[in-house]
Amino acid sequence: MDLPLYGLMAEFENPDHILHAAKTAYAAGYRRMDAYSPLPIHGLAEAVGFRKTYLPLVVLIGGLTGCFVGFAFQYWVSVVNYPVIIGGKPMNSWPSFIPVTFECTVLFAALSAVFGMLALNGLPHPYHPVFNVDRFERASRDRFFLCIEARDPKFNRDDTRKFLEMEEFHACEVTEVMV
Amino acid sequence: MSDEHKPVPASEGENPFIGGEHTYATVTDKIAAIALARRTSKGWVLGFLFSFALMQLLLVAVGYLLYKGVGIWGINAPVYWGWAIINFVWWIGIGHAGTLISAILLLVRQEWRTSINRFAEAMTLFAVSCAGLYPLLHVGRQWFGYWLLPLPNTMRIWPQFRSPLIWDVFAVSTYATVSLLFWFVGLIPDLATLRDRAKVKFAKTMYGIFAMGWRGSAKHWYRYETAYLLLAGLATPLVVSVHTVVSFDFAVGIVPGWHTTIFPPYFVAGAIYSGFAMVLTLTIPIRAIYGLQDFITDRHLDAMAKVMLATGLVVAYGYMMEIFMAWYGGHPYDMYMVLNRMRGPYAPGYWALIACNIVIPQLLWSSRVRANAVFLWVLSLVINVGMWLERFIIVVTSLHRDFLPSSWGMYYPTKWDVMTFLGSIGLFLTLLFLFVRLLPVISIAEMRGMVSSPTDKEGGHH
Repeated sequence: MDLPLYGLMAEFENPDHILHAAKTAYAAGYRRMDAYSPLPIHGLAEAVGFRKTYLPLVVLIGGLTGCFVGFAFQYWVSVVNYPVIIGGKPMNSWPSFIPVTFECTVLFAALSAVFGMLALNGLPHPYHPVFNVDRFERASRDRFFLCIEARDPKFNRDDTRKFLEMEEFHACEVTEVMV
Repeated sequence: MSDEHKPVPASEGENPFIGGEHTYATVTDKIAAIALARRTSKGWVLGFLFSFALMQLLLVAVGYLLYKGVGIWGINAPVYWGWAIINFVWWIGIGHAGTLISAILLLVRQEWRTSINRFAEAMTLFAVSCAGLYPLLHVGRQWFGYWLLPLPNTMRIWPQFRSPLIWDVFAVSTYATVSLLFWFVGLIPDLATLRDRAKVKFAKTMYGIFAMGWRGSAKHWYRYETAYLLLAGLATPLVVSVHTVVSFDFAVGIVPGWHTTIFPPYFVAGAIYSGFAMVLTLTIPIRAIYGLQDFITDRHLDAMAKVMLATGLVVAYGYMMEIFMAWYGGHPYDMYMVLNRMRGPYAPGYWALIACNIVIPQLLWSSRVRANAVFLWVLSLVINVGMWLERFIIVVTSLHRDFLPSSWGMYYPTKWDVMTFLGSIGLFLTLLFLFVRLLPVISIAEMRGMVSSPTDKEGGHH
C-alpha cells in the first residue's frame, strides 16, 4: 500500500459496457482516464475525452515538404548545378520531373504518417504502470479496461472504486494500478 | 459450394467471410498459436531447408557474377535486357497485389481483405526485395550501385532526372519503404498480442521490443487508425505509379513494341493479375497446412479468382490494342514487330503466353472452377508462368530484331540466368517461411473486428 497509486482499473468483457462506463465516467467529471482494448472501438477515444488529432495536418505538411523538396532538388540539379541539354529539351523540363516529385511526396507523407503517429502516441514506451496488472495481458486478447488515473482531481480511492463497481457497468473486476 | 446465388445480407449480423464459431479469444489464440508454437513442424523444417538450399543458387550465381561480370548472362547485342529485367518486372508486379489488397480494398471497404492482407503485404515486401536485386546486379559494376542515387560526389555529376531509369529508382525505393511501413504499422497491435502471450522469455522480449510498448489505449487506436487510413490513401496512388514508372522504362524508349501509351494501364493490370495469382499460389497451401479455412474461406478464393478474371481481361484488351495500334498506326516497324512475335523465332513463347494469360483463365467464369481450391491453385501457377512469359516476350522480341537486319540477333539465357532466377525464388520462399513461423499470418487485431462481439451473442445489436 506504500507504493504510489497510478489509478483504478476496471475490466470489461464487452465493448458496449466499456463504452457506457467511459461515457458515464466522463459525465461524472472524470477527465484523466484512458481505455484499453484489443481492437479499435469507435467512439471510445471520444468517450474518454479525446478530441482531435493533428496527425492529418502532420501528414499534409510532410507531403507538401516532399513535393517541394523533390521538385526543387531536380530543378537545382538540372538548371543550376549540372545543366546538360538532353534531347533538345529545356533545362527546366518540368514534366520529366513529375514522377520523382510524386514519389518524394508519397515518401515524405508516409514517413510523417508513421513517425507522426508514433510520436503523438508517445511510442516507443516500454514501461507503463498498466502493465503491472497481471490481467492486463488480456487487453491484447479479449478484454477491455478502463483506467481512471489518480492524478484526476476528482479521484478518490474509495469513491472511484465504488463508482467503477456500479452494477450498471458490468465490470468483472476493479484493480488498483501501482506506478 | 458457391453461395453467390444466395448472398447473406449484412443485416443478419452474420459474417459470411468467417466460418465456424469464433470470439475475440479464439481468433487470437488460433492465429497467435501458429507463431508461438514451441515445436516447429517437420513440414516447415523441410520446406525451409528446401527454400534455403534454393537460395544458395543465388549466392553462387551472384558471387560468380561479381567476380566475372554480367557477361556470364545471356545478354549481348542487340538484347541487353535479358532475364534480369524480365525477372525484375515479374517480381515487382507480383508485389502489387499485396498493396492492392491492403490499401485499395481497405478504402473501398471490401471486408474480405482482412483475412489475407497481412500475408499479401509480406508477399509484397519479399517480392520487392527480390525485384530490387535485379537492377542492382544488372548495372555491371555493382559496387558503384549507389551512383543511382543522387548523392554529392567528387565528380560533381548528378543522375539524369529526365530518364525513366532514375524515376524507377525513386519509385521502387519509395514503394519498398512504404510497403515496409504499412506492414509494420499493421503488425504493431499483433506484436503486442504475441508479447503478452509468448511463454518463452526470449520471444517475449523480442516481440516486446518491436511492439514498442503498445497497450491498446483508445487514444492510441484513434491515431493509429488515422495513420493507417492515410497510409492506405497514400499507397493507392503509389502502387499505380510504381508499375506505371516501370512501364515507362519501356514506353519512353522509341523501340517498336515498347513505345505505346497503352503500357502504363496494361502494366498495372498485369501486375495485379500476376500478384493475385501469386497470393492464391501461396494462400491455398498455407490455409490447408495451418487449418485456416475458417478465416480464409472458399468465398475469399472466389473473390480473388474474380479479381484475376477481371484484371486478366484488361490484360487481354492490352494485347489486342497493341496489335490493333500496330496495324492502325501503319508503321512498318511496329507491324513487323507484331508479326514477328506471332511467327518469328519466339512465336512458341508468344502463343504460350496467350494460352496461359488469356485462354486458360477463361475457365474462371465457371463458379465450379472458382470453388475448387486445387484447380484454382494450378490455374494460379499457369498465370504466374504466363505473366513471366509476357515480360520475356516484351523484352526480347522487341530488342532482338533491331532496326537494321545486320544488327539482328538471338537471345538465349545461360545457366547463370536460370540459377539467379531460381535463387531469387529461394530467397522469396525463405523469407516467407520465416514470416509464417515468426509472425501472425493473419491480422489478429483486424480479425477481432470481424467476429461478433459478446453482446451480439446475447441477442443485442450495435
